[in-house]
Amino acid sequence: MSHFVLDARHLLCPMPVIRAQNRIAELAPGDTLEVHATDPGALHDIPAWCRVHGHEIVSVAHVDKEVSITLRVGGTA
Amino acid sequence: MSPQQPLPATSIAPARTAPATGAPRKAVALISGGLDSMLAAKVMLEQGIHVEGINFYTGFCVEGHTHAIRNHEHAKPKRNNALWTAEQLGIKLHIIEVIEEYKDVVINPKHGYGANLNPCLDCKGFMVRKAREWMEKNGFDFIITGEVLGQRPMSQRRDTMPVVARESGAFDRLLRPLCAKLLPATLPEREGWVDRNKLLDFNGRSRKPQMALAAKYGFKDYAQPAGGCCFLTNEQYSHKLADLWSTRGSKQYEFDDIMLLKVGRHLRPRPHFKLIVGRDEGENNFLEGYRKRFVHLYATSHEGPLVLIDGTVNEDDLALAARLTARFGKGRDTESVTLTVADIQGNSRELRVAPMPANEIPPEWYL
Repeated sequence: MSHFVLDARHLLCPMPVIRAQNRIAELAPGDTLEVHATDPGALHDIPAWCRVHGHEIVSVAHVDKEVSITLRVGGTA
Repeated sequence: MSPQQPLPATSIAPARTAPATGAPRKAVALISGGLDSMLAAKVMLEQGIHVEGINFYTGFCVEGHTHAIRNHEHAKPKRNNALWTAEQLGIKLHIIEVIEEYKDVVINPKHGYGANLNPCLDCKGFMVRKAREWMEKNGFDFIITGEVLGQRPMSQRRDTMPVVARESGAFDRLLRPLCAKLLPATLPEREGWVDRNKLLDFNGRSRKPQMALAAKYGFKDYAQPAGGCCFLTNEQYSHKLADLWSTRGSKQYEFDDIMLLKVGRHLRPRPHFKLIVGRDEGENNFLEGYRKRFVHLYATSHEGPLVLIDGTVNEDDLALAARLTARFGKGRDTESVTLTVADIQGNSRELRVAPMPANEIPPEWYL
């Protein structure tokens, strides 16, 4: 199991969730992905996308103008 | 071919010609985030079909960007309606970015534009084609949409629905559950994957049947885009896009072009340049991201907008742009405003100008 980082800063929704979706498709179950974004919409969109696809949200942080979401890849991408 | 005649059998051969014993047939649903596509997917789920959603991001989608940019939208809870719909239905949603591929749909629509620069029939054909490609790649059996016969003037007419099925290559694997009873039987119906008797016969522009069905399913909170989900249906946006094409002398655009058309007040005081004026802090912040790529101005003596200049300007043009920039700031009623003007090399200097009175701005300058 590995940890990966995705820079989705300066992208407006829904691009952060699309980038996260495409990156997750390349990862294995159990891997973690840390997504950095500046559009606060990512705070809602990425967890919502994870819920419908069965991925686990490990942590969410919103500091100043930057959002950081870490998720664990579930059984299916 | 008469619209009453059945569509030809599909020439495509999905990977999954027969499901494993007991496994349900699989449908990919175009999910816009509106009520109709939500209901169409629900009708299929009720028949035991495995449904997954697909949603396309063209760059012209209203939701998302405008929510993120404008100040007044921040008070509202942000939500991606397609994702929200998928959650309500308990299905997966695949969001596909099609910005580059979609350009040809906007620039060269085979079937022309609607009331504005909305190429609705070509757009629907494109999206169903992309869904068909996704279906083939992922071993799904058919495609569903929330289309309703007679609801839209271009893409949802009796004579244009077969065009979408044919030009997308989906043929009789395209099922419209909300109006299927008014259309020839499709492959999923003929094969008994779905029960045609349980499909619907919605027709026309009334929303009452959809609202009644939503109530039956217990859907209380749903988006009502009704054509408002795409900037290309917006008259003002289309006017700005037409202006961009006409002043550049070619029907082309880049992603940043169509983003900037969504933001700010656009004024073209001279044929060779226009101004993009931030209307609030959110838009000014957004335009900040472009300041290194445009000559730009902002007032230093008073609060005011960040203004980008799109085009090549001389000293007279800069003076005019400065007066307009001052006009849209808090120094508009003062005798003079001091501004900074900066070029794309990062060189900046001060200008001091009298704000332009509102009555001296010809209405035709506003795009």
